[in-house]
Amino acid sequence: MTPARPPQRDENPAGIHLPLEPLPGHTSRGRLERVLRRGEFAVTTELNPPDSADPEDVYNRARIFDGWVDAINAVDASGANCHMSSVGICALLTRMGYAPIMQIACRDKNRIAIQGDVLGGAAMGVANMLCLTGDGVQAGDQPGAKPVFDLDSSSLLETIRIMRDNGKFLSGRKLTTPPQLFLGAAVNPFAPPYDFRPIHLGKKIAAGAQFVQTQYCFDVPMFKTFMNKARDLGHLEKIFLLVGVGPLASAKTAKWIRSNVPGIHIPDAVIKRLEGAQDQKAEGKKLCIDIINEVKEIPGVSGVHVMAYRQEEYVAEIVDESGVLKGRQPWKREVRADDRLVAERLDRILNENITETQVDMVKTAH
Amino acid sequence: MDSTQPKSTTAAGPASAAAETVPPAATGGMTQATAVKKSAPKSDYKPADVSPQRRVQRSFAVRLWSIRHSRLLEWFYARFADAFLMLHPLWKGIGYGRVEAPVKFIEKRVKGFMFDCRMCGQCVLSSTGMSCPMNCPKQLRNGPCGGVRANGNCEVEPDMPCVWVKAWEGSRQMVKGDAILNVQKPVDQSLRETSAWLRVTAQAAAAREAAKSGNAA
Repeated sequence: MTPARPPQRDENPAGIHLPLEPLPGHTSRGRLERVLRRGEFAVTTELNPPDSADPEDVYNRARIFDGWVDAINAVDASGANCHMSSVGICALLTRMGYAPIMQIACRDKNRIAIQGDVLGGAAMGVANMLCLTGDGVQAGDQPGAKPVFDLDSSSLLETIRIMRDNGKFLSGRKLTTPPQLFLGAAVNPFAPPYDFRPIHLGKKIAAGAQFVQTQYCFDVPMFKTFMNKARDLGHLEKIFLLVGVGPLASAKTAKWIRSNVPGIHIPDAVIKRLEGAQDQKAEGKKLCIDIINEVKEIPGVSGVHVMAYRQEEYVAEIVDESGVLKGRQPWKREVRADDRLVAERLDRILNENITETQVDMVKTAH
Repeated sequence: MDSTQPKSTTAAGPASAAAETVPPAATGGMTQATAVKKSAPKSDYKPADVSPQRRVQRSFAVRLWSIRHSRLLEWFYARFADAFLMLHPLWKGIGYGRVEAPVKFIEKRVKGFMFDCRMCGQCVLSSTGMSCPMNCPKQLRNGPCGGVRANGNCEVEPDMPCVWVKAWEGSRQMVKGDAILNVQKPVDQSLRETSAWLRVTAQAAAAREAAKSGNAA
């Protein structure tokens, strides 16, 4: 009989879908917090949410990241476009043992719905939540929807922090079991008011942020200015900062993003470099790797958040070629020990030309 | 369409007699949002602006003047709040409930003219550089979103200066401008269309009395 595989690092031996042993100094029982607190360079990515009710769509989209990322963002109707909900994606991912980061946008839900989703998500094994404001409904495919914006990203962070640390709803009603969560926020160092952005980061830390993912970084000098200011303010010791990066498919896409997606800053030099390349898609990937290699050296950067919308298959290559993992392999979904046993037995019966009696089978099985 | 799919959810046919108006699916390099915009019925009347927040405002001239003079307004408001607090016995004598209507009438018009006030009932102007955060299409009370355009304008309303870019500028001129660093609680929607002036005054009076009785004890 094949021995059961040894459990991977950051895996509950009783089952991949179960929360990890609580560790001192950790507020969550998830993998991402462990990786970051060990001081390892973390890699996160984003799952393109399916427009479908088929769970296989989610599993297939998650599978291509296997062994290359530490956590997967489940986006909450990004760009105000309707897709499968982040709660639904998280429910599927946690079943399979993945570490999702549940994004919560304030655009679609009021505080009653959000607090309920926080409890529901945590009960399903979601260990990380990212608090966002969300794009305006005008940006999406259903501009006639009612914008809610009952909370904003900072008050949302504070609300979840109160639920976790004080074990209470906003109303003061007690929770019998508070959620154990690692709280995240987003920052955009590339949009005005530039002087306020590092201070705004401090505000989010005060509200409860423990990790931060940034908007796409294409302008490293601008990012360095932001980091220097944040370091001087003493913010960088209090959080784990993951830099948002991603490949641009072509110069045309870059120009479209620049003029149509507010908040993403793409300098002219980047567009020139893409335009000058023979294979623009390959150049976009190379540019992304170059940016990763530049930002990973900046003190205070704890990881990268690779956003490769509709180019998800490149995430593994980008992570591999940039060498940020330094040989470490993040948790990878593997076949369960009993499933593998069945597969091997079946393989033997079908392919090896031996006739076993039932008595022999029982003997070899023990 | 798949023939096994029922055509409608009601037995007697479509619930509405009007033809279904679902925009066509996006094709090629177009996003669905663009397809929706393109398939919208053509009309001579094309409303100005994008968000309802913007539509109830006038031009920004007065609002921007208030932010430029945030220091003066901060000084003035401190005097005004003291005066209002001095009148607390009067308000209490008449009854806060009875003065609410006239005070609210004046407050709404004065603050509406100066700041495009939205009567949230829990004024934070002194913490936001005299730029009313309820004018933000997302009504953010703790800082700008990530979508501010490179020219400092709003992502939803391309012609409107971001409320929070202005708030930061205004707060830099104020004596107590660092109040912008405080994390604001979520808006209590049940206090909308109530007087923030009377609420602040009543609370300050209660705090003063509590301090007095604390000293006496």
